[in-house]
Amino acid sequence: MAGSGRLLSLLAHLALILGVVVMVLPVYLAFIASTHSGGDFLSGRVGLLPGSLFLENYRTALFTGSSTQGFPPVGPMLLNSFIMAMAIALGKIAISLLSAFAVCYFRFPLRQTAFWLIFITLMLPVEVRILPTFQVVADLSLLNSYGGLTLPLIASATATFLFRQVFMTIPDELTEAALIDGAGPLRFFWHVLLPLSRTNIAALFVILFIYGWNQYLWPLLVTTDTRYYTIVMGIQRLAAAAVEADPVWHLVMATAILAMLPPILVIALMQNLFVRGLTETEK
Amino acid sequence: MQAKRVTFPRSLTPYLLLAPQLAITLVFFIWPAGQAVVSSLFAEDAFGLSRAFVGLANFAALLRDPTYLNAFQVTAVFSASVTVLAMVLALGLALAADRIGKRAGPYRVLLVWPYAVAPAVAGILWWFMFNPTIGILARALDAIGISWNHFLNGEQALTMVILAAAWKQVSYNFLFFLAGLQAIPASLMEAAALDGAGPVRRFRFVVWPLLAPTSFFLLVVNLTYAFFDTFGIIHATTGGGPGQATTILVYKVFRDGFGGLDLGGSAAQSVVLLAIVIALTAVQFRHIERRVQY
Repeated sequence: MAGSGRLLSLLAHLALILGVVVMVLPVYLAFIASTHSGGDFLSGRVGLLPGSLFLENYRTALFTGSSTQGFPPVGPMLLNSFIMAMAIALGKIAISLLSAFAVCYFRFPLRQTAFWLIFITLMLPVEVRILPTFQVVADLSLLNSYGGLTLPLIASATATFLFRQVFMTIPDELTEAALIDGAGPLRFFWHVLLPLSRTNIAALFVILFIYGWNQYLWPLLVTTDTRYYTIVMGIQRLAAAAVEADPVWHLVMATAILAMLPPILVIALMQNLFVRGLTETEK
Repeated sequence: MQAKRVTFPRSLTPYLLLAPQLAITLVFFIWPAGQAVVSSLFAEDAFGLSRAFVGLANFAALLRDPTYLNAFQVTAVFSASVTVLAMVLALGLALAADRIGKRAGPYRVLLVWPYAVAPAVAGILWWFMFNPTIGILARALDAIGISWNHFLNGEQALTMVILAAAWKQVSYNFLFFLAGLQAIPASLMEAAALDGAGPVRRFRFVVWPLLAPTSFFLLVVNLTYAFFDTFGIIHATTGGGPGQATTILVYKVFRDGFGGLDLGGSAAQSVVLLAIVIALTAVQFRHIERRVQY
C-alpha cells in the first residue's frame, strides 16, 4: 500500500512537471526567438538558447517598429491597451456597483424590468451582433476613439450579479442605522457599502483587467487608425508581414512577449485575488 | 429577484443609479441585437437602397449553402476537440496536484498563467512553433517522417488551432477541477480506501460522481469559449483557411458581414449564433439553480 502510494506520488510529480513544460514551452520558444536576428531564422541558427539581441530587438519593437514592413512601433499600442483595459475594468465596476445598489436597496416600479434588461446582455456577446453594433458606433462617430473602444464593452451583467450577491449578505442593521442617523443613500453607499466590498472589487478588477487587455475582435473593428491600435490586435498585422516578406519573426515574437507580459504579471502578483475573482464571477 | 428587507425611501435616485448601465445596454446591446433580428428577415441590396421582407428565406438560404454547413461541421469538430482536450488534460493535472496536496502550490502558480494570454497571442505562439520552415514542432515532425504544412493541409491547420485553443483553456479548467477535488471530504476517501477500493475504483465511484457538477459547469463554459472566444486564434493565424478548413461560425459571420455584401444572410447567421448562446446560457443557469438547491 505504502509502496504503491509513493509510486503514485512520483507519477503525480512527473505529470505535473510535464504539464508545466507544455504550458511554458510555447512562451519560452517565443522568448528565444525574440532575442535572435531576423537572418538567424533562415539559416536555422535559432535553437533552444537565447541569442544576443535581447535589448536591441525589444528597443526596435517598442520604439521604432519596422518601416520597410510597414508596421508601427508597439510602445503606443501598449499604452492604448493599458488605457482600454483600465477603462473597461473601472467602468464595468463603477456602473455595476451603482446598478446593484439600485436594485438591492430601493423598491421602485420597473425594478424587475431593469434587472432583466441587464441580465439579457449575458446572452449578447459582441460576436453575435457585430455588424449592427459597428453601425451604431459609426453613427455616434466613435470609430477610432477611446470611447468607441471601451463604451460598448462596459455593460456587465456578471459584475452586477456579483455585487448584488455581496450586498445581499450585508446586514440590514447597517441600513437601519443609516436611516436612523439620517444618512442618505449615497452617503451609505460611499461610507458603508464600498468599504465592505473592497476585496470583491479588487478580485473583480483582476479578471476584468485581463478581459479588457485581451480584447481582439472589437478593437479590430473600430480602429483603422494605427494611433488607436491595441497590442493584441496589432500583433496580427505584424504576423501577416512576417509571412509575406522579410524574416521579422524576432520582432513578432518580441511583440507577443510584450503583449502577454502585463496580464501575466497581474495574475502572478495577485494570485489569490485572481483565483477568488475567477471563482466568484464564473458561476 | 428580491431586494433587501430594509430599503431607502422612494425617490428618483435608483433611476439615476441605473441610468449609465441601462443606457449602454440599450444602445450597444439590445438595439443592435434587435437590428440583427430584423435584418435577418429582409433582403437588402449592398448599398441599402432597397429592402424587401422575405420572411425566413435568408435562413432557408443558409441551410442550402454548402459553405455554411461546412462551417457548422468545422465548428462541431473544433469545439468538441478543444473541450475534450482541455478538460481531460486539466482533470489529469488536477488529480495529480490534489494527490501531492500542499506541496502542489508552486505547480499551481506555473500552470495557471496561460489564462492571461490572449487567444490571438496563443494562436501566434503555436503558429510559430508549427511554421513549416522554421517552427520547432514542424521540424520535429519532419524528422519522424510527417510533412507538416498548415498553409496547404486543412486537417493540419485545424489541428494547430485546436491545440492553441486547448492550451490556453487548460489553466482555467485546472483551477476549477482542483477546487472541486479539494472540496471532497477526506473522510469519504479514507472510508473507500478502508473498504479496499484502489485508486481507480475510488476515482470511478467516489471522485467522479462528486465532481460531476463541476465537470458539467466546465463543459458549458468550454463550449462557449470554443464557439465565441476563439475568434482571435483563427483570425490571427489561419484566416479560416486553407480553403474553408478552419472557418468556424463566428469567423464566418465576421467575414461575410464585412467582406461579403449579403447583409440579410449575415444577419441570419448572427441570429443562429444568438440562439446558440441563449441555449448555452439557459443550460448554465438551470444547472446553477439545481446546484443551489442542495
